[in-house]
Amino acid sequence: MDLVSLAVKSIFIENLALSFFLGMCTFLAVSKKIQTALGLGFAVFVVLAITVPVNNLIYKNFLQEGALAWAGMPEVDLSFLGLISYIGVIAALVQILEMFLDRFVPALYNALGIFLPLITVNCAILGASLFMVERDYTFTESVVYGASSGVGWALAIVALAGIREKLKYSDVPDGLQGLGITFITVGLMALGFLAFSGIQL
Amino acid sequence: MASEAKKALFEPLFSNNPIALQILGICSALAVTSQLSVALIMCLALTSVTAFSNLSISLIRNHVPSSIRIIVQMTIIASLVIVVDQVLKAYAFDVSKKLAVFVGLIITNCIVMGRAEAYAMKNGPWNSFLDGIGNGLGYSIILIIVGTVRELFGSGSLLGYQILTPVSEGGWYMPNGLMLLAPSAFIIIGLTIWAIRSFYPEQVEKPDYEMQNAHNAPAHGATGGH
Repeated sequence: MDLVSLAVKSIFIENLALSFFLGMCTFLAVSKKIQTALGLGFAVFVVLAITVPVNNLIYKNFLQEGALAWAGMPEVDLSFLGLISYIGVIAALVQILEMFLDRFVPALYNALGIFLPLITVNCAILGASLFMVERDYTFTESVVYGASSGVGWALAIVALAGIREKLKYSDVPDGLQGLGITFITVGLMALGFLAFSGIQL
Repeated sequence: MASEAKKALFEPLFSNNPIALQILGICSALAVTSQLSVALIMCLALTSVTAFSNLSISLIRNHVPSSIRIIVQMTIIASLVIVVDQVLKAYAFDVSKKLAVFVGLIITNCIVMGRAEAYAMKNGPWNSFLDGIGNGLGYSIILIIVGTVRELFGSGSLLGYQILTPVSEGGWYMPNGLMLLAPSAFIIIGLTIWAIRSFYPEQVEKPDYEMQNAHNAPAHGATGGH
């Protein structure tokens, strides 16, 4: 039950995009069409669902204070190496995923195209790993957290793309055209997502 | 100061602002601005990381094969961020707790990476350093604007000093709690972009579709109007 609650929380209430503003650059830049937004959302979901648990294993087994006890070094605290290891893991995994998709699922690989390599520098991915460390999730929790934050992020970008597809027919003041109106739209969407806060299962 | 250096330093402030025009580094701009003091520390951290990463990447730019340059840049940036993170933990622990994961997220802040790729790989160390500082300041300006508005109207204070006395303490100002929540940051940045683009009309984006006004459309008579 805790896991269900965690999933609902990370999809709706603590949505990575709309309440922590993570992955905003891609979120705003690649949300002009529903089709591409879906592709990117799916890619983020896959990468999040893999990297968060892997980083969890790395943190628990190598970096955490006292984690190296199995190697006979119980006093070593490597947690300051966290940032560089997580980003390394993410970059490497994205690369592996890219090669794997290219070899075995070419259709998906072509659909994702340029988005896959870009995901390395998407702050939602690194952010989720850092939140996982900060909140001290167990391995199971980190699997659920990674996957459901991915779903939440994908949901948000697809919704925004839907709104923007309609928005291009409307008469926006010159200075607000493009980026400005997108910011305000996202602000209103975030207000909408605030309605979920307080829900507990 | 040479004109190239001057351009590198001052252009990103308004006419080529990283947040408002280049769409870089938005994530952290929004999350850390509910208090001005936290936003200021974040600006300082980001500016120093951008400046020094630009400097070091520019120094080694001729020795790095282009196929592995992204990894090299990532490593340099990540090391700099670790230094900043440790310094903050040592000397400003409270602020570092408030910034939480967002210091770490400087690594994936597109400003750092984007400037390294777009400027430092092509220019000399001194200009790159100035470009880093300039872009850091451009980012800081937006953060300071948003932080000021949010803290002033959200809790009636600036940098922790009470400016508008809230009703709860016998004053007249009713704090606008919405300002402290996430959505207000988006809307304030949207309006800031509007203001900047009103001063620099050349930054206005072209709409995908032009609304045709039936009266003024060229096909329907060139006189215009009724």
